[in-house]
Amino acid sequence: MTDCAIRTEGLTRDFGSLRAVDGISLEVPAGAIFGFLGPNGSGKTTTIRLLLGLLEPTHGTATVLGHDARTDAAAIRQHCGALLEHSGLYERMTAQDNLEFYARVWHLDPSQRRERVHELLSGLALWDRRNELVGAWSRGMKQKLAVARALLHRPDLVFLDEPTAGLDPIAAAALREDLTALARREGVTVFLTTHNLGEAEKLCDQVAVIRSGHLLAVGRPDELRGQARRDRMEITGRGLDARVTALLSAQPAVESAENDGGRLTLRLRDGQDTAPLVTLLVHEGVEIDEVRKGGADLEEAFMALVGTDQ
Amino acid sequence: MTSDVVTIAWKDLREVLLQSGTLRKSLRGLLFSFLIFGVFLPLQIGPDLVREPAAILPFAWVPLLLASGMVADGIAGERERHTLETLLASRLSDRAILFGKVVAAIAYGWGFMLVSAAVGLVTVNLANTGHGILLYSPVALVLLGVFGVLGAGLVATGGALVALRAPTVRQAAQNMNLAIFAVILVPVLVLQVLPEDVRRQVFTTLSGLDWPTIGAGAAVFFALVDLLLLGAAMARFQRARLILD
Repeated sequence: MTDCAIRTEGLTRDFGSLRAVDGISLEVPAGAIFGFLGPNGSGKTTTIRLLLGLLEPTHGTATVLGHDARTDAAAIRQHCGALLEHSGLYERMTAQDNLEFYARVWHLDPSQRRERVHELLSGLALWDRRNELVGAWSRGMKQKLAVARALLHRPDLVFLDEPTAGLDPIAAAALREDLTALARREGVTVFLTTHNLGEAEKLCDQVAVIRSGHLLAVGRPDELRGQARRDRMEITGRGLDARVTALLSAQPAVESAENDGGRLTLRLRDGQDTAPLVTLLVHEGVEIDEVRKGGADLEEAFMALVGTDQ
Repeated sequence: MTSDVVTIAWKDLREVLLQSGTLRKSLRGLLFSFLIFGVFLPLQIGPDLVREPAAILPFAWVPLLLASGMVADGIAGERERHTLETLLASRLSDRAILFGKVVAAIAYGWGFMLVSAAVGLVTVNLANTGHGILLYSPVALVLLGVFGVLGAGLVATGGALVALRAPTVRQAAQNMNLAIFAVILVPVLVLQVLPEDVRRQVFTTLSGLDWPTIGAGAAVFFALVDLLLLGAAMARFQRARLILD
């Protein structure tokens, strides 16, 4: 396998007059968990379909695991697993039969099939319920089983399209934990789409942000946070009036200051010492209750990127 | 590709036969069909079931009904239940998926026809103990074998084509039932409206025909139609098109 699991150049897909994916160029390193972030309808699912060779690009190229998605899609699908928009499970079949079927699809021999199905179902705490019809299961259990199915044949790359969508927070957290453990253990590259920014921040080594088919940014979550917003400082206390806010805004370390009824939020410039700001506030007679300093979270970064694009 | 076709057929048959959780429960659901085709009709027909090859014609309903339902569920149903896209994202070729579904429908329809015919034979023997052991004639066995497969194939391939164009399983099943009734009822209705002397002439001509030759010709005709429909279904069963559907 090459160092780069996915490489696209100007990948574009039109549906009539609608441009669903617009000139996306990105590289996904092998072995990474790559988050593809975007609001609903931003082109995430279409991108996965293009990468799997289920749809042909209108323009541009996509190379997945060294195979061209336009001309060699069968080879891509041979080495990839997928959990798409819907779980794709056969609800009138048992969990074991679902995996047994896909194990046959991937030509695992009978002993491999038994071992692998046992390994995955046990790893996801589903072994004891293997003979139940999947239709009777909760959504969280179905998603776990669908993840197991996607990893069944030990693919080099797995596409997960919003795997925790529709799950309650506890089920989503459990699935995220299982997913990370499985992906790390199996050494598989994961291409994960989500609009859950917390999820991307917890799971992903790299993220890309897409909106209306455009790629807005690519990088590590911390890089993205840095790109979008500077560090910030939140101060609460008495005496934080308009005069003090104006005074702080004029300081070289401060990019901007917002006063929200006694709660002051400062956006800071890179590499500036913030201790003098606190000293200044004390000198101006402000009675400080709390000072909190921290980086922007991914959600802020995302909103900033998406907002800039709009 | 053969193993992939078998895998798809295995899944479709397993899904239908074990959909109620166990084989016994699913067979209980098919009990009504067995009672009609394996017990009630053979009792009505009596020993003629094995003496007159034409008497086995009612068994032709079994593949018509079962294979059409199976293929509608296998194609339109997969799309409706959102399992088709995952299947298309696997390593399987378009042809393997389509052929697997057609093979499953043929196996299901033809298999149950043979089982119904066997149950019917037991019923006739039990109800007519004074005639010794009654067995189907070689002609009847050829009809059950060859025309059973070809008939089920006709329904499966035609059904696949209909199911590919239908948005839901229900719509696919309705369209197929209409087509089946049209194929069966139209000749009967045409015969009914023909003038008496023309109708008599048709029957006279039919009774004077060389049936083995007609049978062989009909088998070739059915086989060609099956292949034609399969070709049309193959042209329609394409990944990119199915994804966009």
